[in-house]
Amino acid sequence: MEVLFALVIGLLAGSGVYLLLRARTFPVVVGLTLLSYGVNLLLFGMGRLLGNAAPVIESGRQLYTDPLPQALVLTAIVIGFAMTAFLLVLALRGRGELGHDGVDDRRGEEERRP
Amino acid sequence: MPLLLIVLLPFLGALLPLAVGRHPRHRALAAALAPLAAFGLLLSQAGAVLEGEVLQARWRWLPRLGLDLALRLDGLGLLFALLILGIGLLIILYARYYMSRHDPLDRLYALLLLFMGSMLGIVLADNLLLLLVFWELTSLASFLLIGFWRKDSEARKGARMALTVTGGGGLALLAGCVLIGRMVGSYDLDVVLASGELIRNHALYPVALVLVLLGAFTKSAQFPFQFWLPHAMSAPTPVSAYLHSATMVKAGVFLLARLYPALAGTELWFYLVAVTGLVTLLYGAYTALFQSDLKGLLAFSTISHLGLITLLFGLGTRLAAVAAVFHIVNHAIFKASLFMAAGIIDHETGTRDIRRLAGLWKYMPHTAALAVVAAASMAGVPLLNGFLSKEMFFSETLQLEGGWRWSLPLAATLASVFSVAYSLRFAHDVFFNGEPHDLPKYPPNEPPRYMKVPVEILVVLCLLVGIAPALTVAPLLDAAAAATLASPPPTYSLAVWHGVNMPLLMSTCALLGGVLLYSQRARLFAKREDVRAGRPRLDAKQVFEATLQRLVRAAARFNQWCENDSLQRYVALLLGAAVVVVGAGLFRLPQLLGEVALSPLDPLTTLAALLLMVATVATVLWHRQRLLCLLMLSAVGLFVAMTFARFSAPDLAMTQITVEVVTIVLMMLALNFLPPQTPAEPGRARHLRDIVLAAVVGVGVCALVLAVLTRHYDPIGQYFLDNAVSGGGGHNVVNVILVDFRGFDTFGEITVLTIAAVGVVALLAGLSLEHPGHDPQGRAWVAERHPLLLVVLSRTLLPLALLVSLYIFLRGHNQPGGGFIAGLVTALALILQYIASGVRWTQRRLRPRYARIAAIGVLLAAATGLGSWWFDLPFLTSAFGFVEFPLIGELEIASAIAFDLGVYLAVVGSTLLILYRLGRLSLPQTDEEAL
Repeated sequence: MEVLFALVIGLLAGSGVYLLLRARTFPVVVGLTLLSYGVNLLLFGMGRLLGNAAPVIESGRQLYTDPLPQALVLTAIVIGFAMTAFLLVLALRGRGELGHDGVDDRRGEEERRP
Repeated sequence: MPLLLIVLLPFLGALLPLAVGRHPRHRALAAALAPLAAFGLLLSQAGAVLEGEVLQARWRWLPRLGLDLALRLDGLGLLFALLILGIGLLIILYARYYMSRHDPLDRLYALLLLFMGSMLGIVLADNLLLLLVFWELTSLASFLLIGFWRKDSEARKGARMALTVTGGGGLALLAGCVLIGRMVGSYDLDVVLASGELIRNHALYPVALVLVLLGAFTKSAQFPFQFWLPHAMSAPTPVSAYLHSATMVKAGVFLLARLYPALAGTELWFYLVAVTGLVTLLYGAYTALFQSDLKGLLAFSTISHLGLITLLFGLGTRLAAVAAVFHIVNHAIFKASLFMAAGIIDHETGTRDIRRLAGLWKYMPHTAALAVVAAASMAGVPLLNGFLSKEMFFSETLQLEGGWRWSLPLAATLASVFSVAYSLRFAHDVFFNGEPHDLPKYPPNEPPRYMKVPVEILVVLCLLVGIAPALTVAPLLDAAAAATLASPPPTYSLAVWHGVNMPLLMSTCALLGGVLLYSQRARLFAKREDVRAGRPRLDAKQVFEATLQRLVRAAARFNQWCENDSLQRYVALLLGAAVVVVGAGLFRLPQLLGEVALSPLDPLTTLAALLLMVATVATVLWHRQRLLCLLMLSAVGLFVAMTFARFSAPDLAMTQITVEVVTIVLMMLALNFLPPQTPAEPGRARHLRDIVLAAVVGVGVCALVLAVLTRHYDPIGQYFLDNAVSGGGGHNVVNVILVDFRGFDTFGEITVLTIAAVGVVALLAGLSLEHPGHDPQGRAWVAERHPLLLVVLSRTLLPLALLVSLYIFLRGHNQPGGGFIAGLVTALALILQYIASGVRWTQRRLRPRYARIAAIGVLLAAATGLGSWWFDLPFLTSAFGFVEFPLIGELEIASAIAFDLGVYLAVVGSTLLILYRLGRLSLPQTDEEAL
């Protein structure tokens, strides 16, 4: 199970990085989303992989998984959403200001160089 | 206390000249006040020190750093302090006449006093770190003094060069002192000086020695760092006389004397210090002869004499150290007077060029007489102080064995020949040798009476010390030598006449040789010009400036390379750096897999994982078809949520699935305004680089996860499991952590969420984008904008969804759920209305103020936290109790619920604010204003 889990995270991170390095804004946002899936799973996995051990206290049950990574990841998911939203709007604003959806403003570079 | 006052008075006194009126006399008097008081205090302490006492005073400053405000006054410190204050006072008097009425005399005095205080700090410090602090202060003060004529580019460049060289040396010295401090376990001079044996036998002794010597050599302008000193001559002459003869350049040799008991006496010390000193001595003496600028001649002569002192310390014999200390005094006296004389000549004739000056004896006999005596002392003529220490130097050069036995005396005599020759040039060429020609001021006159007084005092001292050394300088020299050697000094004789011996012979040779050399100077100069004509001139300033420029250009090129305005490159560099850092850690693991056995696979999980991977690969492969890519992405998100559910994280699964829906809706909205396809990117190399980087990151992360998951760990999570019910009153530990244990984090989290929403609003303000409303083939996105079925269904679902979100919210403390998830569900239900019925319809009926809701949420959470202050409890302490409600049953009411309500409101407000604002973009402009 752990190997499979690691493979999934590795694939998510690698795919995320590849898309993160693209030159257009939209794939970058998609890549960031993939990367944050991977990172969230990684953080979550630090609490180890247990089935049927939800950290909800019940009398008579002994096995609970680590609740701390879950609390961290929960807020990370919501913050991830906020960041995605901000980035998307930034991309829109960039398109509005620059007229294209490239990550690098290559047009401005020539203007700055004398 | 007197010690502290001696150091502090000049610092405090630096303000006085700035405070009094504009008249130069008032300013000079104000400036002299503090040094006079300090001088008096010093003299009152001198008796005890001359008896052999060491006065110490100590205040704790930063004990954990080993830095105390510790001062000591021993013979060496007394000698230097007397020179600094005594010559400093004479300089203050001299500067009052040297500077013109319109010059900023107040600034000069203030800086001189700052420098004086820093210098006193160096010589009186009883702690290595304190010494370093003052050492740096002298570098800074000297920078300001050299660059005093700040409109003059030469002065600025000279100042910058001096600061770079001495400042760099100061850094080396800092490292050296820290090393020494580590070796002996203390920065106190008492401890350091008593631990010479320990330091010299330490493995790091060579490193510490080289670092300390770098500091000393740069400050004292030793070869190959001598080049800054001649360029520092662009300072006003009083400054040159003070800093570059008597004091600052002596800080380096002072350091050699101060640390002599701790560092000297090894072979390495001999070779480093003596050889450097010898080279500097010869180089300075030779070069000085060829200078045509009076101050340039004196500057190279100073370099040469500093080399002589360094050489004496390097010899390592006890008598040599005595001679070195003696020569420090003598050199300070005659060189300060010579600088002042040069300043007078400059002042009265308007030039310092030796080629234009001649026969000044006729015009200013008094000044000429003084300068000639001082120059004779520099040349080492008998009955003057320079002769005495030079004799001691000669006799010390004869004490060595082996090849040094004849070569060192020869070199010393040779240097002296040059020394005599340039002294003669200073005296003869300027004051005799025909008539001056082409002087800017003609005829030259004697300077004002009191401008000569400082020179007179110093020249009288030259004579007194030279004729009756035992009556004048002997006690001071004894005390200083004893402090340098950290033991009673050896017996030595200060008499003028020692009979006919080897040193006398060497002196005679030097005098005769010097006269001979000087008489042949015309041929010598021509010869030198011939030799130099064929070669490019090596100018230290040009080399220095060119090096500086190259450094700046290299830095700019490096910046250009890694900061080329390409965000793609930044991200690649950042990821590359992360790979290196994490990789370095991973490779240090003895084996990748740890001791914990792997858990078994079940078919359903394997299938889900495979689907997740397929969806991920599809997202990447189809990333240029943006809508398709988005669909694949949503599939990935779905499987991630399932992963959370599979591994015992119901809260996460619920959060992920709701966030997923909101995110995809948001991305589709944004895609409305972006090109539907991504054009292909050129550049195979870059593609390859990205694929390699992505692969490395993927493999690295995979390895990291494997390495962690197969090892034992000791979680801190057990604490929360144990205390959730008793301490937080909730059974859902994740929610208790969020709203109670780590409530402050959550508070920060919702604040960030709200800020992001506000940022979105700000970014969208005034933005208008074209959106085609159809695909590239011209087909409309949808046939029917608001399908009836969806409209009816969504309106029916709304109350149900809100009820569900209320339920999730209420049960959150004990069952999976809570403010975050409930907020997202509510947001989803409302978003559905927007999608089904359109922005206009929904907005007209809801009229909500989402920004206000979000703000109320954050404020409510804050208020709950602050509420606990009412009960004298820390921020966000929660309380809970159980209340019986009719019909519903017993309900737990925790103050954390109010906090969670804040979270709920913040999430609802922020999410809807973002989506609504984005959705509004697609409305026609007029409608947008109406809403």
